[in-house]
Amino acid sequence: MLELYGTALRSRLLLGTARYASPAVLSAAVRAAGAEIVTVSLRREGGGERSGQGFWALIRELGVRVLPNTAGCHSVKEAVTTAHMAREVFGTPWIKLEVIGEDDTLQPDVYGLAEAAAILCAEGFEVFPYTTEDLVVAERLLRAGCRVLMPWGSPIGSGRGLNNLFGLKAMRAHFAGVPLIVDAGIGVPSHAAQALELGFDAVLINTAVALARDPVQMAGAFARAVEAGRAACEAGPIEPRDLAQPSTPVIGTAFRG
Amino acid sequence: MGCIVIGAGIAGLTCALELAARGAAVEVYERSPRLGAQACSWFAGGMLAPWCERENSEPLIAQLGAESIPWWQAHFAGTVLRGTLVVAHPRDTAELAQFARRTEQFATLSGEAIGALEPELAGRFERALYFAGEAHLDPRAALAALAERLAALEVPIRLGRTPGAAQLARAHAVLDCTGMAAAPVLPELRGVKGEMLLLHLPELALQRPVRVLHPRLPVYVVPRGGHTFMVGATLLESDDSERISARSMLELLSAAYALHPAFGEAHILEIGTAVRAAFPDNLPRLTVRGNTLFVNGLYRHGFLLGPALARRAAAVVLDGAHFPEVMDEDPRQRRLA
Repeated sequence: MLELYGTALRSRLLLGTARYASPAVLSAAVRAAGAEIVTVSLRREGGGERSGQGFWALIRELGVRVLPNTAGCHSVKEAVTTAHMAREVFGTPWIKLEVIGEDDTLQPDVYGLAEAAAILCAEGFEVFPYTTEDLVVAERLLRAGCRVLMPWGSPIGSGRGLNNLFGLKAMRAHFAGVPLIVDAGIGVPSHAAQALELGFDAVLINTAVALARDPVQMAGAFARAVEAGRAACEAGPIEPRDLAQPSTPVIGTAFRG
Repeated sequence: MGCIVIGAGIAGLTCALELAARGAAVEVYERSPRLGAQACSWFAGGMLAPWCERENSEPLIAQLGAESIPWWQAHFAGTVLRGTLVVAHPRDTAELAQFARRTEQFATLSGEAIGALEPELAGRFERALYFAGEAHLDPRAALAALAERLAALEVPIRLGRTPGAAQLARAHAVLDCTGMAAAPVLPELRGVKGEMLLLHLPELALQRPVRVLHPRLPVYVVPRGGHTFMVGATLLESDDSERISARSMLELLSAAYALHPAFGEAHILEIGTAVRAAFPDNLPRLTVRGNTLFVNGLYRHGFLLGPALARRAAAVVLDGAHFPEVMDEDPRQRRLA
């Protein structure tokens, strides 16, 4: 069972809610994914806290936990303000903290991220920071009070999967007890399975499902990949080797050649 | 025993025209004092692009939309059938591939062919998708033309007025085409805000709508004649029909500028915003309640879907017909079940 800030969850697949053809497709995808958490962007999907009531109502009707995010925020101040707004709209202390440092790659501004995380944690928010695989930044975020980290697989929406395997493995090994959710860059279910096999606790997917030709079918495919990846992780994968090793002994077999 | 149409936006006017064409006595009521003033149709792009819309909508939109193009050609002389050009900047070519995978009825053009089609864009893009069967129109001129046709058929459009309860009860049928104003009766409706710009630029000529793909900010530029261009449109989950954000304007203008730097010299004629009414599946629906037929949920596809829906609405009201694709509860959900 996955535990995030004291909440126990069965599903290890989180879904983003942007870019679906319609709320109805989104809703069917969430059901097919079996997701228990969806992320919602207050800035990009709505026009501010006083509007978007229709959409927020549809999100609430999904009956899943909402993790509001600060997508599109470029400064500490913007991110903190958006977090406050999200707490009011959704009545949750959870916030997925994004501080974007560079517009082309949507790479996190890790300095701003650590600063905003410290402010929000001190205010009682339960912060899910979108970060890189950098160990020093991760350490800084944990010190700021974060108890979950969300490293990227590759840039948001790129669909390139786990870009820096070495770095991600190192992060997993270094923060053994911290829930780590791979966020961003997952393109196909095998990427998600790989993240879970490596011991990551969950994955967050948006574009790969929302823009698939059939988002609902793709959501189901991701659900099965995440389940398989987790099961493989628990089952203990073998170590890769450089030479072939026969699985049955060959010495003494009757006929060879 | 006539029909009353409430709302003189695109849904209302097409419905009134279809009813009148079939010989029904029709009156149109519009709460605002002038045509278009409060209708989101006024701010529409006016693209009749059923195959491009496949990129992010259900097959039903393409099906109804394809039916609408000949209707527009027959009813509005300003309908321009010159296709749609879809381009992406070199760094966003993945978007073009993704768009091609999700749409149909297009040809892939080389840079040279783009220049032959739109000389002003020569040398600016290496590849484009060309949807030759698509059309466009100026929504405001189209609304006015429909109103003229109605006048010729002696259908009154009562501006600044709403029909009384007794009058509605007496009518053979009431067609409620009021968009978001119907939300109290159709609680599933939500508003999706759009923002647009009208630019004036004498030194640039485009023959057809151009869509510029971008991972975050896809926009389109539609030539309106008279050196005017419509640039749109944002898509925000919001029912706020008043505020226009600086961010949206920045995005629309940068995209236009990236399409062609000449847009930097354009004059801004107008910025506008409106809220489109949508159901949760973003598909249109005809809903019968007593003697009222609600024609709603046209979302961002008013001009594309108006004729096909009006034709069906007239058949529902006059013949008691039933159209499962737009009348059964939540067809999309059923399909998924």
